[in-house]
Amino acid sequence: MQSGKAAVERVFREEYGRLIASLVRRFGDIDIAEEAAGEALVAALERWPESGVPANPGGWLTTTAGNRAIDRIRRDKQRDAKHQAALMYHDDTPHEPTGPIEDDRLRLLFTCCHPALAPQARIALTLRLLGGLTVPEIAQAFLVPETTMAQRITRAKKKIASAKVPYRVPEAGDLPERLGGVLAVLFLVFNEGYLATGDGDPVRAELTGEAIRLTRILRQLLPDQPEVTGLLGLLVLTEARREARVRNGQLVSLDEQDRAGWDRALIDEGHNLVRECLAINRPGRYQILAAINAVHTDAPTAPDTDWSQVVALYDQLTRLDPSPIVALNRAVAVAELDGPEVALALVDRLPLTGYHAWYATRADLLRRLGRSAEAKQAYDAAIAATQNSAERAYLSRKRGELV
Amino acid sequence: MTHYLLTVHGPAERNEFGNYGSKEEMEEAFAATGAFNDKLHAAGYWVFAGGLAPASTATVVDGQGETPVMSDGPYLETKEVIGGFWVIDAPDLDVALKLAAEGSKACRGKVEVRPFDGLA
Repeated sequence: MQSGKAAVERVFREEYGRLIASLVRRFGDIDIAEEAAGEALVAALERWPESGVPANPGGWLTTTAGNRAIDRIRRDKQRDAKHQAALMYHDDTPHEPTGPIEDDRLRLLFTCCHPALAPQARIALTLRLLGGLTVPEIAQAFLVPETTMAQRITRAKKKIASAKVPYRVPEAGDLPERLGGVLAVLFLVFNEGYLATGDGDPVRAELTGEAIRLTRILRQLLPDQPEVTGLLGLLVLTEARREARVRNGQLVSLDEQDRAGWDRALIDEGHNLVRECLAINRPGRYQILAAINAVHTDAPTAPDTDWSQVVALYDQLTRLDPSPIVALNRAVAVAELDGPEVALALVDRLPLTGYHAWYATRADLLRRLGRSAEAKQAYDAAIAATQNSAERAYLSRKRGELV
Repeated sequence: MTHYLLTVHGPAERNEFGNYGSKEEMEEAFAATGAFNDKLHAAGYWVFAGGLAPASTATVVDGQGETPVMSDGPYLETKEVIGGFWVIDAPDLDVALKLAAEGSKACRGKVEVRPFDGLA
């Protein structure tokens, strides 16, 4: 039987998103939900280490938190009737279907990722309310002072309440666009973990792990949306290479990674997800990115990579998203297929000055062409532009190897 | 239901066709805005709306002292000012934002959506 503080906190963290989401639906107020959840945690920490974790910990927390919230509302009611009126921003008909899918967490995810909130606020709120991360944890992950992060979250919650951001899954007609916003938030959380900015850890596994966990939940809730499946595939296939990607504080490029260090279980899962997407045949950005990663993780060694397939997938992606970043990644694959000279011509005309990956790609292509002096300059520019310590270390080594 | 203020922002300096490029453009925008107003009425979102005279016609009054102090012109001297507004009553921000997008298209200006904290 599990007991002790750590076990209670683990259960609490796992149940947090569901708990908050159901409390927000019931009481229509994020602050009340958070406060009641916090009180339920205190009660669990008092009770569970002695009595053991209950059979249905989520139910126990929901009941306990619900009772605490009712107590608070009664207290407030006696004190301030006007405040109560202000709380009633939520949908008064929670039992009627308000969107294609009914799940409290899904509603809350769409609230947190609402386009009326600033992108940074969407990320912070999602991690706080659905991920159950604390404000100091989120502040640390994004390298901002705790007070700044606390203000950001408070301001966003205030806007949700006073502007009446709905707590609702968008209607079918609005779903694809709004879902795109949710997926973008989850992808950003993952990317911040995978190539972290700042001088701390180059990889923040707690962020990549949380992004995957939330995407898994989203996929359970929206199993028929291939882009959700695609994003999950992309994330697990990328996560599978996480351990092999940094060695001695230095980034290891894909061709130099020890493929035995890749996580086979995640790769198998990712390949299954990609196959599922192919069967649905409604391609989208994340599905194509997942398919590209499936090609990479399918190759036993780097030279075995099916580069023509990778280029074909980037061509498909370019039709959906003709952005210079996609063109840059396509050029990397073109270099393997048609040689670095062709690729460099493609890279040189992209308007990506200032972007670390553009300099790094140019540097690598110039290096392979034997143009060492220009390569050194490009490495210097890449080193100056990157904010990731492991990438900086990798680029410095590559530059040092140039004659 | 929540009340929202939808303000239309445009250049402070107006030409003979208001903020529009030509007489035709102005008339088209007026017609589209009229149709949008009819829709707000029909759907029950309408509270109040109006177009404002140029900012240069404004007077700022500070009545906090013993005698009120008047100054000619708008409170803030900016290149872009509020040209008109709607007050709507909508169930939530999603509805308000959709209406704002329609209103913006109709009157051909950027629209700021701001909830009321309360109504007197």
